[in-house]
Amino acid sequence: MDLLGLTIKDIEESLKKGVFSCQELVKESFSTIKKHDKKINAFLTLNEEQALKQANHYDNLIKKDKNIFDEKPLLGIPVALKDLFTTKDIRTTAGSKIIGDYNPPFDATVVKKLIDAGAIIIGKTNEDAWGHGSSGENTDYEVTRNPYDLNRVPGGSSSGSGAAVAYGGVLVGTGTDTGSSVRLPAGFCNLVGLKPTYGRVSRYGIIAMASSFDSIGHMTRTVYDNAKVLEVTAGVDPFDSTTVPIKVDQYTKKLGQSIKGMKIGLPKEYFVKGLDDKVSNSIKNSLKILEKLGATVKEVSLPHTDYAMAAYYILVPSEVSSNLSRYDGIRYGGSREMFGAEAKRRIMLGSYTLSSGYYDAYYLKAAKVRTLIKRDFENAFKEVDVLIVPTSPTLPFKIGEKVDDPLQMYLSDIFLCPVNLAGIPGLNVQSGFVDGFPVGMQIIGPQFSEELLYKVAYLFEQETQYYKIRPKFKNG
Amino acid sequence: MDKKYQPIIGMETHVELKTKSGMFCGCKNDPDAKKPNIHTCPVCLGLPGALPVANKKAIEWTIKLGLALGCKINKLSKFDRKHYFYPDLPKGYQISQYDMPFCYQGKVETSFGPVRITRVHLEEDTGKLIHQNINGHNVSLIDFNRSGVPLVEVVTEPDIFSSVQAKEYAKKLRQIIRYLDISDCDMEKGGMRLEANISLLNVKSQMTNNKSNSKFKLPNYKVELKNINSFRFLERGIEYEIERQREILESGKTPIQETRGYNAEKNITFTQRTKEEAADYRYFPDPDLPPINISEKWLNEIKSTLPEPFDGLFKRWQEKYNLKPELVELLFETAEESKKLEELFKKCIKEKLSVEKFVNAMVHKKIKTIEEFKKMTNIDEVSDDDLKVIIEKILKVNPKAVADYKAGKINTINFLVGMVMREAKKKIEFQRLQDLIKSFL
Repeated sequence: MDLLGLTIKDIEESLKKGVFSCQELVKESFSTIKKHDKKINAFLTLNEEQALKQANHYDNLIKKDKNIFDEKPLLGIPVALKDLFTTKDIRTTAGSKIIGDYNPPFDATVVKKLIDAGAIIIGKTNEDAWGHGSSGENTDYEVTRNPYDLNRVPGGSSSGSGAAVAYGGVLVGTGTDTGSSVRLPAGFCNLVGLKPTYGRVSRYGIIAMASSFDSIGHMTRTVYDNAKVLEVTAGVDPFDSTTVPIKVDQYTKKLGQSIKGMKIGLPKEYFVKGLDDKVSNSIKNSLKILEKLGATVKEVSLPHTDYAMAAYYILVPSEVSSNLSRYDGIRYGGSREMFGAEAKRRIMLGSYTLSSGYYDAYYLKAAKVRTLIKRDFENAFKEVDVLIVPTSPTLPFKIGEKVDDPLQMYLSDIFLCPVNLAGIPGLNVQSGFVDGFPVGMQIIGPQFSEELLYKVAYLFEQETQYYKIRPKFKNG
Repeated sequence: MDKKYQPIIGMETHVELKTKSGMFCGCKNDPDAKKPNIHTCPVCLGLPGALPVANKKAIEWTIKLGLALGCKINKLSKFDRKHYFYPDLPKGYQISQYDMPFCYQGKVETSFGPVRITRVHLEEDTGKLIHQNINGHNVSLIDFNRSGVPLVEVVTEPDIFSSVQAKEYAKKLRQIIRYLDISDCDMEKGGMRLEANISLLNVKSQMTNNKSNSKFKLPNYKVELKNINSFRFLERGIEYEIERQREILESGKTPIQETRGYNAEKNITFTQRTKEEAADYRYFPDPDLPPINISEKWLNEIKSTLPEPFDGLFKRWQEKYNLKPELVELLFETAEESKKLEELFKKCIKEKLSVEKFVNAMVHKKIKTIEEFKKMTNIDEVSDDDLKVIIEKILKVNPKAVADYKAGKINTINFLVGMVMREAKKKIEFQRLQDLIKSFL
């Protein structure tokens, strides 16, 4: 057995037929992790004892009732949770040593939903501390490495989840996407990564980075698996007033339907200098495949794109500075001096932009820009059904390459942040491989259009099947 | 005090609402529970990842109070984060309202004139610090039972001009809040906390001063007197402050802008925080709580729960039952209680008893029912017809008294009433008997 050769659908069939048991599956998960993780550093905490116990329990359930899968659609599926996801009695660090020994007394809503659906929590994954970063290098623990090349970053901030799914430790890795943090690691690790519509998935129990941006997503190897997980995690939550009571679609049901006549928009502001030609060519190639599948491609404009990063880096640090004030040195043990350089930078930036006398010039102005960005997308979606842009302007970069230049690091997210400003969904699928590295492509849609994004991504994936390419552990 | 200085006072009053659950979580609202930290959850402890969900009832009660104070209601309102560091504030910020409070521009009448209400807004209470000596160590303990209790703040314009008026305003506000039955306003337990902003206006140097239309220019400083937990302390604290500030002004200086506390034992105020240390609260809209639309429909629903206005009720009772507000106000707190009281008044009228006397007896003799009142006054059951027979008889045997009365000596009627009662060998209501005798004369 090999997790990289399995999908959620395969596992359900195998468990039903008794090809393997839940326990065997979970044991395989842990043995893969033990084999690779010393070098990759995807996990901060493993939940082995509890996971095996749960697997045993599920094996008994399956014996009794084969229809248990109707009730528990993710039964037995090994899942890794980013360490911003609060887990009852399992250490939750946010990638920071300030709360390095915090054992929460409750489960996040999404964690509860995954557990109720039968998913097995394998462990908690490494990340840029508090979600601040694009490479995973801002962790207070060991830096996570890209399974395709251990000298390269896996993308962040959900670096551990990305790497863990990529090397076959788990089937699903959860993440939070405030500016890029699910889509970028998905792009760098050959995965399908969803940033859902803001308010589609509950934030309750997810340690906040920037509350009006944080979108709770996940990474899988295939589109079907990704859609299947969203069916479980999406929905209104009485504990999160920013969730929206809009019906959750059966995302997997429409996979395979034709995209003939679908209009794809190519924002001209995204195909400019700074974008690696190799990446650009890969995307253009993918667009040809989509045209072959019946879609039409046209250029559109998102005129305020240039202001997006500036607005993002005022609004996000403002909220960050507020959200991090609860780690005041009185609770959780660690003092505020233990914040890393990036967190300190954002606390200072945010405290400044919220200060009286500066609020109007920075926060309020940025909030207005945010509205303009949102409107840009709304206007574009009057012309086209979805937009396609590169996920990253470059290939996965080297560890250490950008750590001393925060601005360069911020620019890794230039094609991703505007989507968070607008609160709309974005899905990373694999556009292809260049020089042995995965290249991600982002499909963007209007609010609550996840079903549509999956539909496009699925046909493309069936045509290209990049997910079958396995990591080479170069330089490992 | 001489007329050289005019005190200018504005007030800020915090009141804990007595909703069943917390402002942003489902915890029981019981800030004074005997055991510490028993009514807590991830939300009111500010644990990582926990999110607030606004208590609809608390919002409705805030709007209800605003309406009772004659406020305008913002159609669109929101919650904001107010940042400051303190051990009893677990999130590092308090969820409050900054520039879009639920209610604004209201009024409270006092005998010295109206006090304009600037705003009424809603926020969450903080935890409570308890400083104790345990096993020889001085420690500070935190009780989070109070954390997240709905807290309403009522802010006035600087329309108060004396310590007495400040006290009257605060009492009136408490009366209105209790009447709405949305808070017990227990001052000793911190259920109602008073703050006064005090400064002195130099009247002589400002001839434009005109109290009645408030067109004077405010002094260039103010002193905030904080955390006062009784009306008496409010009055005394303000008086002390007026005197202290007057002395400073007389010496040619300007008092420092600062926050001061009141020490009841010594009857003095003392420095707590000066302007230099004042926090920048870095307010911004709380992204966890969507803005709140107060629709016409919702507002009307809230309006329909409003009782008869407090001032109107007293006016009506004065006209209808000849009741003095200062007396009858001792008999009820909530609107519900006022309704029950009026039921009793109606019963009095039906039984031809004096409501005024009944109220008197309720206040002074602590009786509660009409039966008790009757027993106390010992009024016997006797019909008008029976009485008429006796009256005719008494009038016949006392022709002089009758003549005197008719000649204008109206007090003679009291003698006749006494005679009738003696003859009847019964205790009969004086007023009733007097009226009956008059009908014969």
